[in-house]
Amino acid sequence: MADASHGVGGLTFDASRRTLPPELNVLVALVLIVAVFEVLGRVLMGDSFLFNTRDNVDAVFNEQRLRIIILQVSIVGIIALGVTQVIILGGIDLSSGSVVGATAMIAMSFAQVAEVNGAPNPKGMFLDEGWVDLPVVVPVMVGLACGLVAGFVNGVFIAYARIPPFIATLGMMVTARGVAKWWSKGQPISFPTESYTLIGKGMVPVLIFIALAVLFHLILKYTIYGKHTYAIGSNEDAARMSGIKVDRHKVLVYTIAGMLASLAAIVLSSKNLTAQAGMGIIYELDAIAMAVIGGVSLSGGRGSIVGTVIGALIFGVIISGFTFLRLDAYYQEMVKGAIIVGAVVLDQWRQRRVAARA
Amino acid sequence: MDDIVLKTEGLTKHYGGVHALEDANFEIRKGEHVAIMGDNGAGKSTFVRQITAVERPTRGGIWFDGREVDFDGPLDAREAGIETVFQTLALADDLDVPDNLFLGREMTLLRLGPFSILDYRAMRRATEEGLRRTAVKIPNLNNPIRNMSGGQRQCVAIARTATFHSKLTIMDEPTAALGVQETAQVENIIRNLKEQGEPLILISHNMRQVFDLVDRIIVFRRGRIVANLNKEDTDGQDVVAYITGAKTGAEYQDAA
Repeated sequence: MADASHGVGGLTFDASRRTLPPELNVLVALVLIVAVFEVLGRVLMGDSFLFNTRDNVDAVFNEQRLRIIILQVSIVGIIALGVTQVIILGGIDLSSGSVVGATAMIAMSFAQVAEVNGAPNPKGMFLDEGWVDLPVVVPVMVGLACGLVAGFVNGVFIAYARIPPFIATLGMMVTARGVAKWWSKGQPISFPTESYTLIGKGMVPVLIFIALAVLFHLILKYTIYGKHTYAIGSNEDAARMSGIKVDRHKVLVYTIAGMLASLAAIVLSSKNLTAQAGMGIIYELDAIAMAVIGGVSLSGGRGSIVGTVIGALIFGVIISGFTFLRLDAYYQEMVKGAIIVGAVVLDQWRQRRVAARA
Repeated sequence: MDDIVLKTEGLTKHYGGVHALEDANFEIRKGEHVAIMGDNGAGKSTFVRQITAVERPTRGGIWFDGREVDFDGPLDAREAGIETVFQTLALADDLDVPDNLFLGREMTLLRLGPFSILDYRAMRRATEEGLRRTAVKIPNLNNPIRNMSGGQRQCVAIARTATFHSKLTIMDEPTAALGVQETAQVENIIRNLKEQGEPLILISHNMRQVFDLVDRIIVFRRGRIVANLNKEDTDGQDVVAYITGAKTGAEYQDAA
């Protein structure tokens, strides 16, 4: 189609001045950050960040490092997929980290083996009830149900009780963490069935992350669900006047976000072969940071799954880069905080720039 | 009489002790453009809020499209064919033109509840058709509304009515916030609607605009209709006299 036909009514439209997709900027940022670490590595460590430098390995890239980066990113990335939708909706979800903790504990307790080395499972929570050696569907379903309930409660409080999302999900954050501690009275839960451990084995978390990212990218872009999510985040009153069932839609989005957080918990506990009440602390902020770095606007209406995935990679590269430069773990946490605030500053700046142009 | 699009009889709205609208009898015929004028607080917007079902009248009946109606809400009214362009634009800034036109009533390829697949191509075609009919000029349909001027945004809001073949369009001060050129653009669209025989109720304070665009002028004062004037039989001074209360239409003497 010729670009002139865009101009219904004869106004000209300059196709060359079309704005590039914002994800491109994020991608450029990713490349730049990798380049910075590459240079710093060569100068300070005498080693390459990205490329393979060992003679005994036949590869172009440092595959081990790349593997670790994407594996680290995948689990929080699954949460970030849900958080992205919530933020596009114009909300926020602070509860996902705690939902991870609670779900990991509860799901794991339904995934335990009956016997360890011939003796009854010392950590078995439901030995007496005989709920051991269950098929893998049971803990997965129980886990997803946890996320469903948490997300649904978030959504109902926000949509129908009209509580600000920040407060509602803050409450859920504290409550879910409490549930995680209460479930086994603070004891870690271990010894999962073999089928359960397969979920988080090797690169399976990465595959799950990629599959979900593709799925939700398509859903946000090509379905009514996605269109309404953007519309509500963009102008809630307009959405309401246009007949969108705003409240019901909000509950749906928060429920999906809760279920994604619980799925991340299942993968994480499976990968670690254990669940602890402290699991997932600060994950909510990591997930929010991934989304915001990826160009999802905290004021709602703008952003994409593609952006979040690239944002997640940037997040992973920075953390891995600091490890590579042998910076202390304490510095890493401080830098993480700076990244989160920096991403929000960037978002504000972007919005002002857009406002100035309009 | 069956060419009457909308008719109200004894339409009354009280907000507690305030009689915002009292016994309004109004009708608009097919292809007719009617202006509603009056001072602030005269009852114009209250009247519109009753017929678009944003509020429920205290008393009185509304006939639309040949039958008495009791709309359940603004969406119900819109479904029936009454399209309103509000003073505050009901547009989502981050979506493009077709998305905004079809907001809340998207076309789908495959129905899967909330996850129904959108039919972008059909929506775009219908948008182009609607814009052509209203002669609305939008440089790039795929541009988010955010990047458009106030006039273009107003045009998009108006184009909704043409896209959905509404039976009655209501515009509440559509040019109040617009510049000279943008106002001219919106007025052209209104003339276009006239040529196509689409009935319109226009609320406006702009005397020149009203005399330019409509066939008939209804004047509200203190919650009551005080004049029903054909454009040919009146002039600006006359209308001002009715608005300020210096004059009252013969058939409305008892009301004033």
